[in-house]
Amino acid sequence: MTFFIEVVLSGLMAGVMYSLVALGFVLIFKASGIFNFAQGVMALFAALTLVGLMEKFGFPIWLAIIGTIAVMIALAWLIERVMLRHLVNQEPIILFMATIGLAYVLEGMGDILWGSDVKVLDLGIPQGASDWMLDSFDIYIEKLEVFAAVTAAILVAFLAVFFQKTRIGRALRAVADDHQAALSVGISLHTIWVIVWSVAGIVALVAGIMWGSKSGVQFSLSLIALKALPVLILGGFTSVPGAIIGGMIIGVGEKVAEVYVGPFVGGAIENWFAYMLALVFLLFRPQGLFGEKIIERV
Amino acid sequence: MTEAATLTSNKTLLSVNNIEVIYDHVILVLKGVSLEVPEQGIVALLGANGAGKTTTLKAISNLLRAERGDITKGSIEFEGKRIDTLTSAQLVQQGVIQVMEGRHCFEHLTVEENLLTGAYTRRDGNAAINRDLELVYSYFPRLKKRNRAQAGYTSGGEQQMVAIGRALMSRPKMILLDEPSMGLAPQLVEEIFENVARLNRDEGVTFLLAEQNTNIALRYANHGYILENGRVVLDGSAAELRENTDVKEFYLGISEGQRINFRDVKHYRRRKRWLT
Repeated sequence: MTFFIEVVLSGLMAGVMYSLVALGFVLIFKASGIFNFAQGVMALFAALTLVGLMEKFGFPIWLAIIGTIAVMIALAWLIERVMLRHLVNQEPIILFMATIGLAYVLEGMGDILWGSDVKVLDLGIPQGASDWMLDSFDIYIEKLEVFAAVTAAILVAFLAVFFQKTRIGRALRAVADDHQAALSVGISLHTIWVIVWSVAGIVALVAGIMWGSKSGVQFSLSLIALKALPVLILGGFTSVPGAIIGGMIIGVGEKVAEVYVGPFVGGAIENWFAYMLALVFLLFRPQGLFGEKIIERV
Repeated sequence: MTEAATLTSNKTLLSVNNIEVIYDHVILVLKGVSLEVPEQGIVALLGANGAGKTTTLKAISNLLRAERGDITKGSIEFEGKRIDTLTSAQLVQQGVIQVMEGRHCFEHLTVEENLLTGAYTRRDGNAAINRDLELVYSYFPRLKKRNRAQAGYTSGGEQQMVAIGRALMSRPKMILLDEPSMGLAPQLVEEIFENVARLNRDEGVTFLLAEQNTNIALRYANHGYILENGRVVLDGSAAELRENTDVKEFYLGISEGQRINFRDVKHYRRRKRWLT
C-alpha cells in the first residue's frame, strides 16, 4: 500500500512539473488564441538566462531572478513589436507558424548568449528525499518536487486572483473572448499582449527553474513542451485549473501505468501513455475536462 | 419643427470631411463621405447592405485598421480636433465609442463584467464607476436581474443592452451605434430606441447610428444621411426625409400610385445621385 501511495505521490509531483509548462500555454492561448509553440523554449531561455546571470556576472540569486524577469518582460515587449503587431487579424495557423519561428530564434539566441553546455542550476532549493516523510510515513518523496508543488499552488492562486478580480485580468479575458469588441471599448491589444507574454514568460521562468534544478539546464528542456501538449488536451486549452489537474492526471497515470501495467507489455509505457490518453480525450471530449464550451446560440 | 430648432442651436460635435476608405489596399469602399453630427443630436446613417454605413462608423472609431482598412483621403474632426490618427483606445478616452454590429458581447464574462470592461480606460476611481453601473442598471433593469449570468447565455435583446450599457460605462460624449435593431423582435427594437432617446435627452449623449430599418431610425433621429455605394446620396432632417418621395419609395416601402418598374428604378436612381 505504501508503495502504491508512493507511486501516486511521485506521479502527482511529476504532474505538477508538466502543469507548470502547460500553464504558460493556457495563458497565451486564452488571451490571444495563439498556440505558443515556443513556450518550452521560453522556459529553457529563462533558465539559461538565470544561470548565465549567476555564473557569468556573479549576480546573487535574488538579483538574478529579478534580472531574468526583466529579460522575460523585455522579450514579451519585443515579441509584440516585431511579431504579433504585424500579424493582427491573421489566421491562427499563421500565428502558430510564427511561434515555431520564435522557438528557433530563442533557441539560437540562448545558444549564442549563454553557450550550449549543460549547466547546473543551484538556487538552494532543497534536494534529495524528504527525511520527515521517510521517517514518519515511510514514503519516499523528493523535496524538490514538494517545493515545485507548493510553488505551483501559489502561482495558480496568484493567477486566479489576477484574472478574476483585477481590471487588467478582466481585460485579458475580454480580449480572449472577442478582439474586436475589446478594441471597441478602448482596450489596447498591444498592451494586453505584452502583459500576457510577460506573465507567460514569468511562468516559463518558474517552470525553467524547477526543471533546471531537477535535471540541469540543457537544450532538451525545450522538449518538455511536448509533454505539455497532452496535459492541455486533457485539461482544456483555456483553463488554468485544467492545466493543473490535467498535469496531475497525466503524471499519476503515467507512473501507475508504468509500474503496474508496464511489466506485462515490456515497460516504457511512461513515454507514450500521455499521448494515448490525449487521443482518447480528443475522440470523446475535445474541449478537455475544463475547457470553455463554445457558446453557440441560434 | 422642434427637431430643426435643436439642430441649429447646437454646435457641430463630429464632422467627417470627404473621407475615402480602402480595404486591403485595393477595395474602395467609401468614395468621399461627408457628414456632420451636432452636439446632443441623434443622426441616422441609412442605406442598404454594403452601402458603407458600418465602414463609415469604423472609420470614425478607427476600428478599421484592425480589419486592414485605411482612410486614404479626407479628415475626421471631433470637437474641432483631428481624430483620424488616434487609436480606438485614445478615442474612447476622448469620448467616442462604438457599439458594434451584432452586439459583440464578451460571451464568457458575466453581464456585470461586460459592463465593467467598458470602464477600462477610466481613471476616476471605483466609486464613480459603480455609480455609473447603477445608472446603466436604471436604464436597463433587466441587466441588473441577470448581472451574474454569462453574457453568451443571455438573449439577443439583453446582449444589445449589454453592448450599449458597456459603451455607456466609458462615459462617452458620443456613441456610434451600428445596427441596433439587427435580429431583434420589433417590440425590443422599440425598447432599445426608446432608451437611445432617453439617454440622448437625459444624459446628453450624442448618437450616430447606422440602421437598415429606415422607418424606426427616422422616427427617433433628428437628421439622416442616406448612403449608396459608398457615397452620401441624400441628407436632410428626419422630417424632410420621411416626406421625400424617393425615401418613401426605396427605403420606407410606401408607394404613391402605381409601383415603379425595376428598370425604371435603376434609371431613376442614377439621375438622382449627388443631391448634396
